[in-house]
This record gives sequence, C-alpha cells and structure tokens, in this order.
Amino acid sequence: MKYSFSEKKDTRSGFGDGLLEVAKKNDRVVGLCADLTGSLKMGDFKKAFPDRFFQVGIAEANMIGIAAGMTIGGMIPYTGTFANFSTGRVYDQIRQSIAYSKKNVKICASHAGLTLGEDGATHQILEDIGLMKMLPHMTVINTCDYNQTKAATIAIADLEGPVYLRFGRPKVPVFTPDNDSFEVGKAVQLCEGSDVTIIATGHLVWEALLAEEILSNKGLSVDVINIHTIKPLDEKAIIDSVRETKCVVTAEEHQIFGGLGESVAGVLARSFPAPIEMVGVKDCFGESGEPDELMVKYGLTKNEIVDAAMKVIARKA
Amino acid sequence: MKKKELQELQGIASQVRRDIVRMVNNAGNGHPGGALGCADLLTLLYFKVMERKEKFEMNGENEDLFFLSNGHISAVWYSVLARSGYFDVEELKTHRKIDSRLQGHPTPYEELEGVRMASGSLGQGLSVAIGAALTKKLNKENKVVYVLMGDGEQQEGQIWEAAMFAAHHKVDNLIAFIDHNKQQIDGSTDEVMSVESLKDKYESFGWNVFECDGNNMEKLYSTIILAKKEVGNQKPLMILMKTEMGYGVDYMMGTHKWHGVAPNDEETKKALEQLEETLGDF
Ligand SMILES: Cc1ncc(C[n+]2csc(CCOP(=O)(O)OP(=O)(O)O)c2C)c(N)n1
Ligand SMILES: [Mg+2]
Repeated sequence: MKYSFSEKKDTRSGFGDGLLEVAKKNDRVVGLCADLTGSLKMGDFKKAFPDRFFQVGIAEANMIGIAAGMTIGGMIPYTGTFANFSTGRVYDQIRQSIAYSKKNVKICASHAGLTLGEDGATHQILEDIGLMKMLPHMTVINTCDYNQTKAATIAIADLEGPVYLRFGRPKVPVFTPDNDSFEVGKAVQLCEGSDVTIIATGHLVWEALLAEEILSNKGLSVDVINIHTIKPLDEKAIIDSVRETKCVVTAEEHQIFGGLGESVAGVLARSFPAPIEMVGVKDCFGESGEPDELMVKYGLTKNEIVDAAMKVIARKA
Repeated sequence: MKKKELQELQGIASQVRRDIVRMVNNAGNGHPGGALGCADLLTLLYFKVMERKEKFEMNGENEDLFFLSNGHISAVWYSVLARSGYFDVEELKTHRKIDSRLQGHPTPYEELEGVRMASGSLGQGLSVAIGAALTKKLNKENKVVYVLMGDGEQQEGQIWEAAMFAAHHKVDNLIAFIDHNKQQIDGSTDEVMSVESLKDKYESFGWNVFECDGNNMEKLYSTIILAKKEVGNQKPLMILMKTEMGYGVDYMMGTHKWHGVAPNDEETKKALEQLEETLGDF
C-alpha cells in the first residue's frame, strides 16, 4: 500500500479547525450557522470570534440571503449547515443572490452523502454536486480527509467568488500531508500507472487507494487521481492520464447522474474518447444505516472500484 | 373523560415512552427528547381523538389524518402506530437500522402503514397538512387534519407562508399543534432565535389559538375538544402545547442535551425504572 494513515478524523473537524485558523489571519471572515453549530464544528470559531458569528436559527434560505448581503462591503461569509439544507433547500436563493450576483460566499456543507448514516434519505443528499456544478460562477470542492478539508477551508478565503465546499460526517483515514498546499482546480496525482486511471473525490479517494493495492497485486499498474475540485475541473490532468492508460473509472459518494463521473465523461468525449465506468449511487435514494454498511449496500467500496477497473480494462480496444 | 379511561391512556403513553427509550438505545442514536415530550399528544390522538380506519389507506378518505412535520421525533410516532395496530410492534426493533421501514425520519418510500408523507427536512409539514385539508373539503368530507410541528421549526419561512395561506383560504378543518418545549439543537429557542410570542404571531395571521400543558393528558384532551368545536368556523386552529423535552425521564428534562442523543445501556435502565411497562415491551 502506497499510502498509510495514523488516525481517523472527520472532515467536518477539518472545516471547523480551518475556519478558526483562517479567521485569525483574515478579519473579513464571518461565520453563519443554522442551528447546527456542534455538527459543523463551528463552536471554536464562535467562541474565538463571537462578534463575527451569526446564529440564524433553522432558516437556511434566510442564512443564504444574509450571507450574500454581507459580501457587500467586503465580508467573506462562510455558511454552515448539512449538505441537503445547504443546496437543495436553498437552491434559488443561491442561484440568484450568490451565483448570478457573483457574491463571495463560501457555502460549507457537512453530512454529505450516504455516510450521514442513520438519519436516512431525507438528509443524505446525493445530488448536491450536480446542483452546484450547474450554476455559473460556482466553484465546487469535495474534500477527502481532515487535512485536505482544513486546507481547502483556508484556501477558499483567497478565492474571489462563490464556492461550494462539501465534506462529511464520519471519521475517515487522514492520509494527505499536514499543511499541504491546496490549489483550487488542481488535481492531485496519488499513484502513477499505465493500465487504468481511477479518478475519485471525497470519501471515495481512500477507497480508490485500497482498490489500487488490490489491482497492483493482480499485476496492474494504476493511475489514481484525487479530484478535490469538481468545478473547474482539471481537464489537463485527466486527459494526460487517460492518454497513457486509455481507460478510466470514476468514484464518488453521489448520484452517477450529475456527478464527477459525468463531468469526466464530458471532458473525454470532447477531447479524448475512452471507455469509462462510474462508481456512484445508481439513481436511487439512500436509507438509514451505519455509514460503512450503507457504502457496501450501495456499492461504493474498493470492491466496486476494482470490478469497474477490470471491466473498463477489458473494454479497451 | 372518565378516570379509568384517563388512566388507561396514561398507561399507553408510559409504554410508548418505554418504546422510545428502548428504540433509540437499540439503534445507538436518535432523537429521544422531542419524542418523549410528545408521547401524550400522539397517544391521545390515535387512541381517543382521531376517527380513523383500522387498516391503513394512503388516501385516508373519510377518516381524520395526522402529519408529523418535525420528522426527527419519529420514534414516538412509530411506537404509537405499532401500538394502534398498523404494524407489528416487533418491527420497532429495526428503527434507524439498514433495510428497515422505520427510517430515521418517516417516509412512505418503504410503504410503512400510517405514514403518508416524508418529513425530516423541517418546515414543510404545515403546507402538506393544508393541502390534505383542502382535498377533504373538495371531497365534501367533514373529517379533520392534524399536524404536529416543533417550536424551533417555526423559524423556517415556509411555515409562515403556510400560516398566511391557511387563514386567507379559511382552512378550518385543520388543527395544528406546536411542541413548545423551548429547546432546539444549539440551545434554548430563546437563545438561538426567539420565536415568541407564537400565540400573538398566529393570532395576528388570523388563526384561532389555544394554549395548554401538553404533558397533562386531561388538559390536553379538553383543549383538543374545545378546538374541535371550532372546526368549520372559518379559521385554522392552533394548539400551542407547553411541553417538556424528555418528559417522563428525569435526567432528560429541562435541557436541550437529549434532542439528538441516545441513552447508553445504563442510562436506559435508569429511564425504564421511571416508566411503567403496561403493554409488554417489544
Ligand atoms: C430544514 C432543516 N434544517 C435543519 C435541520 C436539522 N435539525 C433537525 S431537528 C432540529 C431542531 C429542531 O428544533 P425543534 O423544532 O424545536 O424540535 P425539538 O428539538 O424540540 O425536538 C434541527 C435544526 C433539519 N432537520 N431540517
Ligand atoms: Mg423544540
């Protein structure tokens, strides 16, 4: 195994710690939360900067509007709630007051995807990447571990414009380096290989690394790319890799329709047609259950990535 | 209500509270606080107040309907539905587990008898109840639609769009309840985002508002009867229930801490000592 981890941490803690750190450096950073301060790990920020924290109550549409308004005059608002209430719940407010108005709001969304667990399908949004990437001006980021989430939270303060930052609930392996630089829009190459490219985002990046190990034990050489920024997509990194491997597997904790896989397929169809297989949720809602067992039931593990890789390699002409 | 009947209903509510504690303990997570606080209301509705058919029908024609807008307190609803015979009480074991019909938040997706609309994302249930009440009117029925909401939930804007509509369109076959426990996730509603005065707000929107203690079954029942007498009188009806989050379990009361935390085995034992088993545990 080319990567290892010494501990597991939740990505939302990366957000909370990153927010505190960026707020210390940048006094324009403000935080808004809709009755989920603990879940979003915004408590330390609230304590350190009580004047720059705004509790809006259970009123997400209002939160988005207020955040948009606060940018006028130069604040950099970070909104925090679950991914479902950060996107689907407030889509038109984001569309009109943030995206169309080109406002510098950072929409920070935890508990994305199936790994939200026992609260079930009402809360497990699997469409948010699609919703957000379709909006002009919107940058869409989905981070893979604590370190990357923290780095992204800090980096987006310096990016002028709307950002959707997606992260999760459970504790997951921390395998990216501490204090790694985060470059928005730049893919991270994790393994180099020539037989197949695996492009993964969010919690599925670790699964892609586990799949790489299985595949390399079968004698296959695998390119693994961590796409933390789904929009703008690092098209060059994708094309360069697939030019070498001639086939690709995508993996994400999201619907196949509208997700990373479709974005990658679009790039390839336009520039370098190659067989593609997508690991993701197949047009159904989630359900209550423990995060790990849900990932197994809905086919979002290393095993499905390995199967998809074998299939896509066989499809090469 | 006769004393014997009252005692019987209180006994059912006690079993429902046991079910709630055992369900969330069994799942290892869930929302006991609000569920315990609303056990008296749901028991009263299903075992005394609502005119309902024995077998579940999605369309609910010619029967009273109930909607749960604050879907996170699903455990109380599941227990009451099972105890009223809609499905086997043994199924309560599966709450919040994989492959269960008893999802974290209620849904008709897996066709659980008793549930007509998904809830969980807050603020949507009043609109849904208004819609169902309008259909009852169009169908020339005189049955009543009941809906329960949280008090923190009142912070959602959609609630007030619905409140305005219900008064404007004289939706007078609707009785709404608010679980006024003054708590939500981040703290008390007064700290997080004050919703007071709910009575004044709904009255100024054109509703007929009643207030009562939601954990006193006798008073709650007489208030529901008063409200029922006003059905058909051109105004939507609201019962503001003063409740205690975690009611019935001493260490869960008076705090928001048990909104969304499950008791461990030891805490569960302590809770069950305070709640009489009247109908047999699942
Ligand atoms: C639209 C939406 N935003 C946020 C949440 C997360 N959430 C679940 S319960 C809750 C607090 C609800 O407060 P209240 O209505 O008073 O219910 P109680 O805590 O008293 O049971 C919140 C914020 C949600 N379920 N839906
Ligand atoms: Mg409350």
